[in-house]
Amino acid sequence: MVTCLGDVFYPEVGERIVRLLRHLGVAVACPAGQTCCGLPLFNSGYHAAAAAAARRTVALFGDAEQVVVPSGSCAWMVKHEYAGLLRVPRERAAAERLASRTLELSQFLVRRRGVRRFRSAVAGRLTYHDSCHLLRGLHESETPRALLRGLPGAEFVELPGCDECCGFGGSFAVRLPEVSSAILDKKLANVEATAAEAVVACDAGCLMQMRGGLSRRRSPVRALHLAEVLEPVDDPR
Amino acid sequence: MSEPSLDTPFRERAGRALRDSFLQEALSIATTKFIDLRREAFAGFPGGDALRDRAREIKEATLQRLDHHLERLIDNVEARGGHVHYAATADEARRIVLDVARRAGARMAVKSKSMATEEIHLNEALAAAGVTPVETDLGEYIIQLAHERPSHIIAPAIHKTKGQVAELFTRELGREAEPDPEVLTRIARAELREKFLQADLGITGANFGVAETGTIVLVTNEGNGRMVTSLPRVHVAVMGVEKVIPSMTDLAVFLAILAKSATGQKLSVYTSLVDGPRRGGELEGPEEFHLVLLDNGRVGQLAGPLREALACLRCGACLNVCPVYRQIGGHAYGHTYPGPIGILLTAMLNGSESVRELAHASSLCGACADACPVRIDIPRMLIELRRDVSERRIAPWTERAVFGLLGWLLQRPPLYRAAARIGRVLQRPFVRGAVIRRVPLFLGEWTRTRDLPPIAARTFQERWADLEREGRR
Repeated sequence: MVTCLGDVFYPEVGERIVRLLRHLGVAVACPAGQTCCGLPLFNSGYHAAAAAAARRTVALFGDAEQVVVPSGSCAWMVKHEYAGLLRVPRERAAAERLASRTLELSQFLVRRRGVRRFRSAVAGRLTYHDSCHLLRGLHESETPRALLRGLPGAEFVELPGCDECCGFGGSFAVRLPEVSSAILDKKLANVEATAAEAVVACDAGCLMQMRGGLSRRRSPVRALHLAEVLEPVDDPR
Repeated sequence: MSEPSLDTPFRERAGRALRDSFLQEALSIATTKFIDLRREAFAGFPGGDALRDRAREIKEATLQRLDHHLERLIDNVEARGGHVHYAATADEARRIVLDVARRAGARMAVKSKSMATEEIHLNEALAAAGVTPVETDLGEYIIQLAHERPSHIIAPAIHKTKGQVAELFTRELGREAEPDPEVLTRIARAELREKFLQADLGITGANFGVAETGTIVLVTNEGNGRMVTSLPRVHVAVMGVEKVIPSMTDLAVFLAILAKSATGQKLSVYTSLVDGPRRGGELEGPEEFHLVLLDNGRVGQLAGPLREALACLRCGACLNVCPVYRQIGGHAYGHTYPGPIGILLTAMLNGSESVRELAHASSLCGACADACPVRIDIPRMLIELRRDVSERRIAPWTERAVFGLLGWLLQRPPLYRAAARIGRVLQRPFVRGAVIRRVPLFLGEWTRTRDLPPIAARTFQERWADLEREGRR
């Protein structure tokens, strides 16, 4: 699943993921006609429209053996909310099947494929921001860290307040821009205090927020998707 | 800072809070401290998670048979010589308390910290009826002196720095005070001791009401609760109906997690079990005890979408961890109960129209649900409130139009892709290097403080045909 933000704003991340997965021997397909998982509609309370988006997505990915999602929030939406949105028993059953086959990228790499070893595409110090949906929605804090800690050529340091929100929150970021930015300022101050080259995250929303803030303050620090840091090696296990 | 009126849009109220440097300093210190203390308390308490689950089960089971447990509580309070009143609304609750005060001939009432009495705006009603209310919790005392309202459920003066409190004491009490918490506490204690002895009425809330014994439980840290419940001739406790719990065994479960969640203490300094009025042979306690059971919208949610919020213990943990609360404090919310749980309680008390803006005062980060001792899924209910607001068309039409268009586009991939192409053309004048620094309309709210990525020259799906070919090689 490419995700709406990944498709439109960060296609190079998607490309890297495809090449990474292929290098690991995974046959990658990308069903045509993807739009968005419906999370923005769901979170803002437009549930009929979110259910329609869920129905479409379930149909699009019906045949996939495994669905890999590069954003924790979209993965959470598919895994935790689709079944509840679809009331017809047959649709609900299909949504539950999709949920059980859907995994966030770092989880897929570590938990499903047992892959831990990569080279670092970025030299120097890296830190990691826990995106809210991956951490508290999918209860995953280990897989991205396992991958980052194992990178030769990179030094992994913990981010102070790593589990605190970056202030994105979808439409929250434009409904209450001052509050959202104040939360972001705190996050970026923590990032800068680590003196890392880059802050890594597994969610396009957080990346859009943190990148937007870093570039506005002309910071040399980069905000990168996990896939932008992982460079395949010949013996990945 | 004076509290902005509800006529001001929430966004402006929040903006004022963000610009208040004293508030920012006070909030940052206090919430960080609370978070660390809570984390340490549970880290040293391996059984904590299981007890949280148990506490939630007890709350659920009690709410299932709320009428039964309330009847038992009423019977047992009355058997111990107390009087029980039922208040369906805030207005009824005020009238009941005023009536008790009038019959007691009360001129002054000392109060232990209570959110339920804040909820019914009791102090204003008492003052209007000629009864001087005196808050005796240090934080409440401070904000009463400042003519403000609590900005946190358990730390009402969290928005004030010690320097501000010292200035307030100097100004209001006419005593030169240093910004030293110990000195300030000593001043307040001396002032309050007199009031305890003068007051005819003691007013408290209730953290729990134990049905099997008719006991009202107060969890406090300053000992003022004990004075309020034992020195004045008459004691009135105002308790939300959802605070009833079946037994003393259940109480032990809640006490094990409440203070840890609230302040990181193993137990609060005082846990007072109030067993009604003084009986023959007893040396202490009030002559009269009244329990006011407050509904005020609670019972209506027993089968409503906000039901889970009835399990709330009012510990304040969700406020401390909320990124929004930590930035703006409690007053900007504009209602009695601030923070994430406060949005739900406000909707419970005043209807979902009252939280049209506040329902969106959350990034849905989930830190609140994680910190909640009884695991209330606050983000889920915030989403429910947003749904209610959008489906009943209380949300602004512009918002409904934007989301309507988005939903429509998501069902039509060719148009969705066409929209990306159109966006690519429209964005041209705004792209500076690799980013967009300023755009009009609602995305302009984004670009006030953050750069926006431009729509890619080729989206991923436009690149897919090439990627697929690459894969076949």
